[in-house]
Amino acid sequence: MTSLRILWAVIVREMRRFLQQRSRFFGALVRPLIWLLVFAAGFRAALGIAITPPYDTYITYDVYIVPGLVGMVQLFNGMQNSLSMVYDREMGSMRVLLTCPQPLPFLLFSRLFAGMCVSLLQVYAFLLIARLSGVDLPWAGFISVLPALVLTGLLLGAAGMVLSSQVRQIENFAGVMNFVVFPLFFLSSALYPLWKMQEASEWVYLLCRFNPFTDAVEMIRFALYGQWQQDAIVGTLLATAVCLLLALLGYRPRQRA
Amino acid sequence: MSAALHIDGLSHRYGSRQALDKLSLQVDAGQCCILLGPNGAGKSTLFGLLTRLLAVREGSIRIFGQPLRAQALARVGVVFQQPTLDLDLTVEQNLSYFGALQGLHGKALQQRIGAELERLQLAARRRERVRDLNGGHRRRVEIARALLHRPALLLLDEPTVGLDLPTRQQLIDYLHALARDEGLALLWATHLVDEIDPQHDQLALLHRGRLLASGAVAPLLADAGCHDLGGWFQHHTGATS
Repeated sequence: MTSLRILWAVIVREMRRFLQQRSRFFGALVRPLIWLLVFAAGFRAALGIAITPPYDTYITYDVYIVPGLVGMVQLFNGMQNSLSMVYDREMGSMRVLLTCPQPLPFLLFSRLFAGMCVSLLQVYAFLLIARLSGVDLPWAGFISVLPALVLTGLLLGAAGMVLSSQVRQIENFAGVMNFVVFPLFFLSSALYPLWKMQEASEWVYLLCRFNPFTDAVEMIRFALYGQWQQDAIVGTLLATAVCLLLALLGYRPRQRA
Repeated sequence: MSAALHIDGLSHRYGSRQALDKLSLQVDAGQCCILLGPNGAGKSTLFGLLTRLLAVREGSIRIFGQPLRAQALARVGVVFQQPTLDLDLTVEQNLSYFGALQGLHGKALQQRIGAELERLQLAARRRERVRDLNGGHRRRVEIARALLHRPALLLLDEPTVGLDLPTRQQLIDYLHALARDEGLALLWATHLVDEIDPQHDQLALLHRGRLLASGAVAPLLADAGCHDLGGWFQHHTGATS
């Protein structure tokens, strides 16, 4: 019971912080909406997607790109959360969390889970705006996608946590983000189907295929239509487990504070 | 009865640099132990080890007889040198968050928050964002946070840093009263000798990772043939305080 209360307290704190930082909320929405309403609108006429699962008919590009943009929202949130952990560590509030009388793995998981909850707020706001602006998304998908969002949020949050455990100064973080966020996003199925990547280049295809973010995006894509893609789920679960383990190792008490 | 804090043979090194060298120290309940040392003496390393931010590789730390694990930390309050409050949250929200981390909840938590804020004359600031408070008030909130779960051992890492003189003196008096009147054990790291209460405090002088002297103020001064603490500090460390 105490553990649940602590978890709840950490979630409430992260939610309060997020809602008070309005620019962060708008920033989280504006980024994918520009991709959806400007970039995807431009490609809509030029790039139709053939009938491939989970779609049972031809779809327009804006429908295709939505799961990738959902992944983008969670990816940026994971990195933002990671940045906030570096900031918290520099400012000292991370110390308060780490010195409270609870096991370290539980405290880190609480922080990770709270970050994931914040990403859900952003994703649902984005999905709602996308649906209201005419993108053909099934309403039922809003519910069926939830488990996939939880898992993706944990994966990307844990990946961010691994980064934050290794970055010692906040000034170094922007560079690290560029080396992580952009390759993860662009070398995935977020913007183009893998078969199109394969047509373009075999090695780019292979990079995309073994990128865990691709698995996360495909899991979200299928879940939005009430389907489960086993390979994507297994890939995402494995990557999440590895990232969680690395995060835990990274936050162990160490030689140098 | 076990000592509030018992440190035995504690060493720590960063690569080839020895930050702490076989430190042994004890703080009993109701005792205020001033850990005095110039910058780089090893005080922050010691606090890192005491709060589990650094791993203990050599030596041991026991809190009320228990090894340094999560359970033992439940009896410890910590005021870090750096600010640890969330600037975007209110005073009350910060304290609620910390109280919950300590396992407090509901009415009991609200009562404790009210009592601590009252005690530190912060009740009127309860709903203000920490960002809007001045340095002195923020520091008091930090202390309220550290005392919220009624710890028996309070660790203070240079708690008066950055405060103006009157606020600093108020805090020094308040912290000493916690040991004297409420029986708390205090380990208080500082490099400023004017924070010492010569009548009641115990001194532990740390220099280059080693404990050079420890005990009550008067015998330490007499042994070194010094008349005041500033001279005594300079005599041992070569630094002025």
